[in-house]
Amino acid sequence: MSINIAQLIRVSMVFIPLLLLAGFYCIMVSRNLIRTLIGLEILTKGVTLLIIVAGYVTGYMAVAQSFAITLIIIEVVVLAVAAGLIVNVFRHTDSLDRRNLQNLRG
Amino acid sequence: MNLNICLLIALTIAALWSIMHENLIKAAIALAVTSIILTTLMFRFASPLAAVFELSVCAGLITVIFMSTISLTKPLTQTEAVAHAKERLKRFWYLPVLLAAAAVGLGLAAIPLNFTIPQAPAPANVRSVLWNERQLDLLGQVVIILAGVFGVVVLFKEKVKEKS
Repeated sequence: MSINIAQLIRVSMVFIPLLLLAGFYCIMVSRNLIRTLIGLEILTKGVTLLIIVAGYVTGYMAVAQSFAITLIIIEVVVLAVAAGLIVNVFRHTDSLDRRNLQNLRG
Repeated sequence: MNLNICLLIALTIAALWSIMHENLIKAAIALAVTSIILTTLMFRFASPLAAVFELSVCAGLITVIFMSTISLTKPLTQTEAVAHAKERLKRFWYLPVLLAAAAVGLGLAAIPLNFTIPQAPAPANVRSVLWNERQLDLLGQVVIILAGVFGVVVLFKEKVKEKS
């Protein structure tokens, strides 16, 4: 393994978990539904970076790029549908606080 | 390598800024900046096609979706915003401290790198891999996009008042 690849793995092993941790923290702690989506986006960016770095280190760049493209498309569709859900939640409850969603009504 | 480290630090700071900022619009802009920095990293890691997707979809389309969602929801009043900002800081001030501690811990951790990476076959074209080897992925993407389109149409459809 070359020195550059080893350095890249060491550096990536620090920053990618930081992104994942930040995304998880935002999803768990946020009460605003839009902020929760932002946390999901940060999480997805960490995973995308992980896939690209793994492809770069192993040499399978074509497969890694195809995985990253698939992940980006899934990300945007999930975000669009989640945004629609948030707008509908706001129309029904007049609030973006996730605590207001805990009262189930038949 | 130093440039990669600088870009990774900038990526982490932009992500932290998008989480910590109390204004949702500025948080969405910070998320777009995060996408732009990630695009730059992808270009440096020889992934131009994925980088273009990341820039156009994540930095562009997702920012528009966020702005649309924020505009369709009611903003807080001045009094509510001040109270919310104070209460928010109590919950989120842990995050930079947690990230700094995690960075130090991960930096000092001994990661075993005495493994050999198997030699990759001849570099393939992304387009040929996507269209020839990952056909099920493409089919899944088409299905997901269709599902997303129908989902958005249904969710944003306004109720039509029945004519009496």
